[in-house]
Amino acid sequence: MTIFLFFIISIIIITSSLLVILSKNPIHSVLFLILVFFNTSILFLFSNAEFLAMILLIVYIGAVAVLFLFVVMMLDINITKLRQTFLNYLPTGLFIGFIILIELIYVVSQSNLNFVKTNSSDINISNQILENTKIIGNILYTDYFLLFQLSGIILLVAMIGAIYLTLRKSKGTKKQNIYKQILK
Amino acid sequence: MEIPIIYQLYLSIIIFTIGLIGVFLNRKNLIVLLMSIELILLSANINFVSFSNYYKNIIGQIFVFFNLSISAAEAAVGLAIIVIFFRKKGSIHVDDINTLKG
Repeated sequence: MTIFLFFIISIIIITSSLLVILSKNPIHSVLFLILVFFNTSILFLFSNAEFLAMILLIVYIGAVAVLFLFVVMMLDINITKLRQTFLNYLPTGLFIGFIILIELIYVVSQSNLNFVKTNSSDINISNQILENTKIIGNILYTDYFLLFQLSGIILLVAMIGAIYLTLRKSKGTKKQNIYKQILK
Repeated sequence: MEIPIIYQLYLSIIIFTIGLIGVFLNRKNLIVLLMSIELILLSANINFVSFSNYYKNIIGQIFVFFNLSISAAEAAVGLAIIVIFFRKKGSIHVDDINTLKG
């Protein structure tokens, strides 16, 4: 039953991710991207990653995809026809994609995934007493605390960069003039 | 019943290839290119989670968490660049981006 559901969800994911890159209207692309994220979060639920499934719903669909949607609607792009240059890049793109697909499938099919099943961390998933979120919190706030704070700093830098890039330097905007402020 | 990991790996390979071909074939606008990059990151996330479930080790899921924050930052900065580019040129068609003559 689970494997049947997995196949259905995989087919939905593959079809809608093809439609993301092929549809002419960018708004349709964003909506299909949302469908891909939603189905991937269901896939994460199958893999016992409940916290990440919910985070994927909140962060990707709630923040990133809606941000894409806002930008697409704000920019007022006229849906132009595909220009002639589309065909120039078609053979190269398909060639590179095909080679990488063949190589990756070869690598995965030749690998024997029966390595030693490690129990590197004391608290692992098989411990059924704790929930998924608690396990992640226990490790994230102890062993990976530095990386956690580093990702926070990266988000801060991205926020400041985005604000600075999109700031209009026209007459209407209010700015702080430090010299004037000090001289008063 | 567990899903065999090999199926999840194949799924992630297919999504990765679709994203890669999307980067090459996309001649419409830059936003679809950013979406293709999101698809590539998503395939990496699927790999991380399936291996995390396979080895019963939580660290894969923690790296997915970091991956999500990095991709959110990347989307924010990329969309800001697209917005200011649209303000300057009035178009975000990929073929119009030739200022650097690369």
